[in-house]
Amino acid sequence: MLTYIIRRILYAVPIVIGVNVLTALLFFYVNTPDDMARKILGEKNVTPAAIENWKKDHGYGLPAFLNTKEAGLATVTQTIFYQKSVPLLWLDFGRSDRNNIDIGREIGRRMWASLAISLPMFTFGVFIDLFFAMMLAYYRGTYLDISGVVFCVIMMSVSTLFYIIGGQFILGKLLKLFPISGYDTGVYSFKFLVLPVAVGVISGAGIGIRFYRTVFLEEINKDYIRTARAKGLSEAKVLFKHALKNAMIPVLTNVVVSIPFLFYGSLIMESFFSIPGLGNFTIDAIQAQDFAIVRSMVYMGSILYIVGLILTDISYTLVDPRVLFE
Amino acid sequence: MPVILTTDLIVFFIIGLIVYFGLGARGNGATRGVWLALRANRLAMISLAILLVYAAGALMDSIRWRDAVTDSSGTQVVAKNGGTVYSTEPLSLLDRAFSGMRKRVEKTYSAPLATKLYAKESMELPGGTITRDYPPLKYPGSHLLGTDRVGNDIVFTALKGARTAVVIGAGATAVIIPFAIFFGVIAGYCGGFIDDVIQYLYTTLASIPGVLLIVAFMLLFGGSGFQGGLISDKLLFLGVFVPNDRLFWLCLILGITSWTDLCRLIRGETLKLREMEYVQAARAFGSPGLKIIYRHIVPNVMHLVLITFVLQFSGLVLAEAILSYIGIGVGPEMGSWGNMINTARLELSREPVVWWNLFAAFLSMFGLVLPANIFGDAVRDALDPRLRFR
Repeated sequence: MLTYIIRRILYAVPIVIGVNVLTALLFFYVNTPDDMARKILGEKNVTPAAIENWKKDHGYGLPAFLNTKEAGLATVTQTIFYQKSVPLLWLDFGRSDRNNIDIGREIGRRMWASLAISLPMFTFGVFIDLFFAMMLAYYRGTYLDISGVVFCVIMMSVSTLFYIIGGQFILGKLLKLFPISGYDTGVYSFKFLVLPVAVGVISGAGIGIRFYRTVFLEEINKDYIRTARAKGLSEAKVLFKHALKNAMIPVLTNVVVSIPFLFYGSLIMESFFSIPGLGNFTIDAIQAQDFAIVRSMVYMGSILYIVGLILTDISYTLVDPRVLFE
Repeated sequence: MPVILTTDLIVFFIIGLIVYFGLGARGNGATRGVWLALRANRLAMISLAILLVYAAGALMDSIRWRDAVTDSSGTQVVAKNGGTVYSTEPLSLLDRAFSGMRKRVEKTYSAPLATKLYAKESMELPGGTITRDYPPLKYPGSHLLGTDRVGNDIVFTALKGARTAVVIGAGATAVIIPFAIFFGVIAGYCGGFIDDVIQYLYTTLASIPGVLLIVAFMLLFGGSGFQGGLISDKLLFLGVFVPNDRLFWLCLILGITSWTDLCRLIRGETLKLREMEYVQAARAFGSPGLKIIYRHIVPNVMHLVLITFVLQFSGLVLAEAILSYIGIGVGPEMGSWGNMINTARLELSREPVVWWNLFAAFLSMFGLVLPANIFGDAVRDALDPRLRFR
């Protein structure tokens, strides 16, 4: 088991390095520091000297990947890649381009607001989706099932933006049940969180229910279910005891991989509901064209995804020990 | 004088491709079976009809030319050097077909089918007294879904959004398909080191969250630095190519960032096909590898390609709206439903509420995505029912 986990983590190392190099290529080579400086200082009336100055101040004054002016090891270390991108490997995010804030500290501070909205959204979402999916699978082939599936397809054909705007308008503005947007700390945050969480759960329900329903249906057609029925077990017992356990494997892939991502929050949700989380942080950085922040967030997102994949594999071995022997 | 944008070429290419494969598949027994299965599904056929209407709208909006300028008496204006003078704004077939709607511009907001403007104004009555009242519209009752802030007809704005949506949905998949087929088939067929490299490549790309990768790419390429577009000034061909905007980049980038799923599917399928008897037989006969790939493997992964094409289409249309909201979608000068939603957000918070802009965007988007989803499911079920469980 331990060797499996270690092997799995070692396997992730080249991918992390690959992501690092890829982001560096994109942000330092394709988009040169000169472009960056010009965007931040303003397109017009920028003197070359001002650009050089800005680059020096923000640590972009070096060659991108190879410094031919230095000798020995310094050819590699005295580069933007080594100074700016390699430290990401030990999660040193550096400072932002525009306001010179410490990105790492900002992430640590904003993470909790993201978590406050994404954690309940995720948990309620999974349980509600699973509940309705099992219901549809239980009544499979009946009008309830068919109309449920039709309803799911209709729901997934509506853009998330409409759910958010509609929720804000109907529940927030017309009925005045919840504040339209905003955030507060501690217990007071509750009233601000209800609306985004509800909207998030509803907007994901169409896809979620349909996916879990197909997972259950596939499981229901297997031999061991026929055996269980032949033994004379009730349909409810077959479904909730036998099928549910085995359906957990595909469900886990879907669920566990997104757990680390909860720290990350959601770009549009947070922006619409003005929740000061990481999603909002990213959107602000995109609109301000702060490349240091965008680069850090791209990198962090990939790391969280890779962690999610590792967690998925580990949870696999817990629910399905056969994986270990393959 | 015809004007062809780079994204128009995408539209022509896609439609040509569909027609080509449609004609080619007619004589093929296996694809005929699939078509018959699809045709028996009435819901799928209705969806297909709606999709074709949208595609026709997009095609009409992609054929455009610039008119010769005429003066008030109707005679053509001649330039100093003797050539004809063309208007700066190219008009598409769609613009011309709905020119009545396009030209009926009001002053500002008006509600659907209203006869008066939505805001009060000071008006001078014939007697000379000044009152504040709702001024009458220039074209009362002619705006089925009202007008927007600058008085443009909403139905027309929504129609213009169709091209953007179809181009994104189809254009991005047009980028995905060659990438995915090439890398997927090569990885699956060659195996070994090449397989490892390609697998590493797509795992790395796939581990960067999609939206963020698109954001990063768009910030770098779609921004002001590259506003000209790829085929811009360098390839000015007889004045036919005009530099296009961010829509072209958006297609390219959405494609580059999302080919990995299809690539994985194709690789898996190729691994299976490689061991099939008929491929073994072809190899035993001494067919060269490339010929085996072309003749025996690629045709047998095409069903995956078709399924991905129809299933990804709706997701890409939805993605466009979100990207426009983040501010990295198509520019504001281009009609798109994402831009409509974006402006509608502010309109909902004004008093009294302007809801028809959002409503129109909702209706036109839903009208495209729902049939796309239904048709996609039907195609998948007809081609490969096993995929339902993936």
